[in-house]
Amino acid sequence: MHELSVALTLVEAACEKVGGLEDVRVEAVHVRLGPLAGVVKEALSFCFEVTARGTALEGARLEIEDVPLVVFCHDCDVERQLSSMQRFRCPVCDEPTPDVVHGRELELTALEVSDRATHH
Amino acid sequence: MPRIIEVREGILKKNDMLARTLRTRFSDARVSVVSLVSSPGAGKTELLHKTLATLTHTHRVGALVGDLATDRDARRLAQAGVPVQQITTGTVCHLDAHMIAQAIDGWDLASLDLLFIENVGNLVCPASYDLGEHARVVLLSVTEGEDKPLKYPTIFNTADLAVISKIDLADAVGFDKHEAYRNIHEVGPALTVTEVSARTGSGMDGWLQWLRQPLPSRR
Repeated sequence: MHELSVALTLVEAACEKVGGLEDVRVEAVHVRLGPLAGVVKEALSFCFEVTARGTALEGARLEIEDVPLVVFCHDCDVERQLSSMQRFRCPVCDEPTPDVVHGRELELTALEVSDRATHH
Repeated sequence: MPRIIEVREGILKKNDMLARTLRTRFSDARVSVVSLVSSPGAGKTELLHKTLATLTHTHRVGALVGDLATDRDARRLAQAGVPVQQITTGTVCHLDAHMIAQAIDGWDLASLDLLFIENVGNLVCPASYDLGEHARVVLLSVTEGEDKPLKYPTIFNTADLAVISKIDLADAVGFDKHEAYRNIHEVGPALTVTEVSARTGSGMDGWLQWLRQPLPSRR
């Protein structure tokens, strides 16, 4: 269960970015997650909600974009998307494909913020 | 209206940056660093114990060993008469680069040829954390079953060598070696595989030979 560690790191990184902005509310935190990142989506969502409490991210949504697993097939000389982590083989020619192009991503991509209503 | 602020950075950026710094330090000090990962009880400590005891005659070796609690493994490994540092993680299920940096604080890295890092017994969480090692070794003991690689593809896919351990027990537990190799290569097609029994010494030559080769430099 290292999703808690990952969520803490995510909240810390996102709060650093928000720190420089005045009077904004964070509506959502966007991340990209590949199947080879070793992070369980549901666990990360749960841990995010807990770790965001009491920070600038409290109440923000966590939007997780799934990154597909993409490898390079040397026989076909082209990138191929795989449907399973249990089978690193080209779906077309069936040759083994050790070269991972996408799938290890664990990235904070964007923050969605809105201005807080200010009273004059 | 909400607006989008683009960020685009690795969530584990701090760990990854520190790991890269560590790897540069290790390389500059000419010490090769190998990490060992496996599920609990696959035989990491026994393999490491025998490895240290053998290599200490020809190489300057040391080890960092991670556990949730106790320094039992470190005491066991120190019997080989080499520098060993226990890293007690408390409730944390994996080592990270910061723990490694703290553990080697004050070490003269140039006085070592080979440094081992034994991770906490866990096939899931260690996969996400770069420790600054040059090579990652994953152990699969014959008692765990041939389908472990399919269940934990991430750790096998990110490893540089798979060691099938406790090979002396293969017949007793009906281990299907062919199936195990097939599964390992389905999730890590380029993975080198070697078989050892730290207890009987069978296969130790191949393992030690792999260690003596220039290590693949990770990432």
